[in-house]
Amino acid sequence: MATETIKANHSPLLRVCGLTKHYWTSGRVWRKRTLFTAVDDISFELSHGKTLGLVGSSGCGKSSLARCVTRLEGADAGEIWLEGVDIARLNSRELLPYRSQIQMIFQDPATAMNPRMTAAEIVQEPLLIQRRGTSAERQARTAELMREVGLSPDWMNRRITEFSGGQRQRMAIARALSLQPKLLVLDEAFTGLDLSTQAQIANLLLDLQATHSLTYILISHDLSLVARIADEIAVMSAGKIIELGPVRQIISTPTHPVTQSLVTSHHGFRVQHAAAGGFA
Amino acid sequence: MPGPLLHVKDLRVRYLPESGGKVQALEGLNLEILPGEVTGILGESGSGKSTLASTLLRLLPASAECSGCVVFEGEDLLTAAESKLRRIRGSKIALIPQDPAVSLNPVTRVGEQISEVLRAHLRLSRSERKQRVRQLLVEVGFEDVDRIVDAYLHQLSGGQRQRVVIAQAIACRPSLIIADEPTSKLHSELHCQILALLANTVAQHDTALLLITHDPTILAGFADRLMVMYAGRLIEQGPAESVMRRPLHPYTRALIGLSHGHTSGNRASHLPSIPGEMPNPLHVMPGCRFEPRCSEKMGVCATTDPQTFSPESSRLVSCLKYGN
Repeated sequence: MATETIKANHSPLLRVCGLTKHYWTSGRVWRKRTLFTAVDDISFELSHGKTLGLVGSSGCGKSSLARCVTRLEGADAGEIWLEGVDIARLNSRELLPYRSQIQMIFQDPATAMNPRMTAAEIVQEPLLIQRRGTSAERQARTAELMREVGLSPDWMNRRITEFSGGQRQRMAIARALSLQPKLLVLDEAFTGLDLSTQAQIANLLLDLQATHSLTYILISHDLSLVARIADEIAVMSAGKIIELGPVRQIISTPTHPVTQSLVTSHHGFRVQHAAAGGFA
Repeated sequence: MPGPLLHVKDLRVRYLPESGGKVQALEGLNLEILPGEVTGILGESGSGKSTLASTLLRLLPASAECSGCVVFEGEDLLTAAESKLRRIRGSKIALIPQDPAVSLNPVTRVGEQISEVLRAHLRLSRSERKQRVRQLLVEVGFEDVDRIVDAYLHQLSGGQRQRVVIAQAIACRPSLIIADEPTSKLHSELHCQILALLANTVAQHDTALLLITHDPTILAGFADRLMVMYAGRLIEQGPAESVMRRPLHPYTRALIGLSHGHTSGNRASHLPSIPGEMPNPLHVMPGCRFEPRCSEKMGVCATTDPQTFSPESSRLVSCLKYGN
């Protein structure tokens, strides 16, 4: 294991090769079950401290890809190399030490948290599960995490129903950071938030990336926001990555028709703006 | 010039949560909607924009207290009898809710659900209704009407569902449609399609539209008038183009600047944002609601409630900067 960690500094943090995931559609009377390929032979690399934006319309397989990379679901084929270890084939016990290195943040923080738990319980639950530290240490770490994401530690004993959407998303980030992960997978983490809150959360993510050299996979259908935060963009359609490249290149010279239509709807707003307000 | 279709005067709504306290959701709203006009209401979550939509149709929970008046075609909806309201809802004022997946019935076929609206308000024969439903589905852009009429909710995509809800809303040719975040659950390519459909339908039938949203980009080039809400108050209103081009209230200016910031600029620098959060409605402070987050605040802002000023014709703004 030790040799593999040393090697890690030279290799990318994450290397995905030929990842494939099928789902069976549910059978009905007189109708056969059919095989549906949600993730179709996907390969990409992601270096330390970088952000990959994953865009595509709904149903293109971006969430399935995220669930496979985080091993919330097992892939049917392919390899997921995390710092030189293929985690795709590990069983749940072997996977345990790697679980803490990849954390996921979901679209709706309200449904991703137990409403009966207090803020402190939610943030420190991963520490409890991984049996890290004493109760006092966990409490101190929770306060530190809450401060880091811009929440007052005085709010530790409040329940999540007392927090706003943006504050809940901050709590989800604090919980994800509690185990000091290397990779954060954010699945539509901005959807449903107000524009000013989206910008606040995006800025928080940029700050955290700078201080902890975090690596992000940012899944969204909103190209304009992803383009502001990501280094590279992968465009997905029907389970495949159809275009992958630096943000600037994807936005200025999209080659695939799907990408072109995404970029035009992204520019469409800007053109409208120029016409209406003249501040583009 | 025709009189207003809807006239809201000094509307106040207060929720009394079970946990105690009072939440002032709307504080003295005054607004007018002219026939055939597209009015955009811009506000972030917690600004009271959805409460406004529910109040106009009197769909508030029983625990809410409201005062003021909402005059629609000469009748005050806040005091009208329930039977009268039932005749207005869906036929004269229609609502397009935020999430069609919740508002449509999962176990009834699409055709029947549209037909239901017609049956409730119009005297049509069964075959006339059938024909009308198909006509409505064509109108909202369906090509395979035969399949859609018999489809269930789960067989439709998000965009198709939203079209069905629009067909329901326009079924009785209402004079006012209230659309509460009609595109927020759709991805960006569909945004434009659904908005174009809405714009076309209201223009064709000269229907007034009240479009509620948190995203200024979807109002540009669409709304005739723009109203901006913050913490239960209407803080700015005027012709949409002039408000978008030259917002007067510091909050409007910041909000419109945000949508601009997302679509331009480079990585690695921070995105423009408005620091802080909307005030907690349970603990109301004196003074301007936006004061703690305002970049242009003055000493008096923390203590004095701003009145509404009209610094230029057809523009209204609630900010002390424009007093005297």
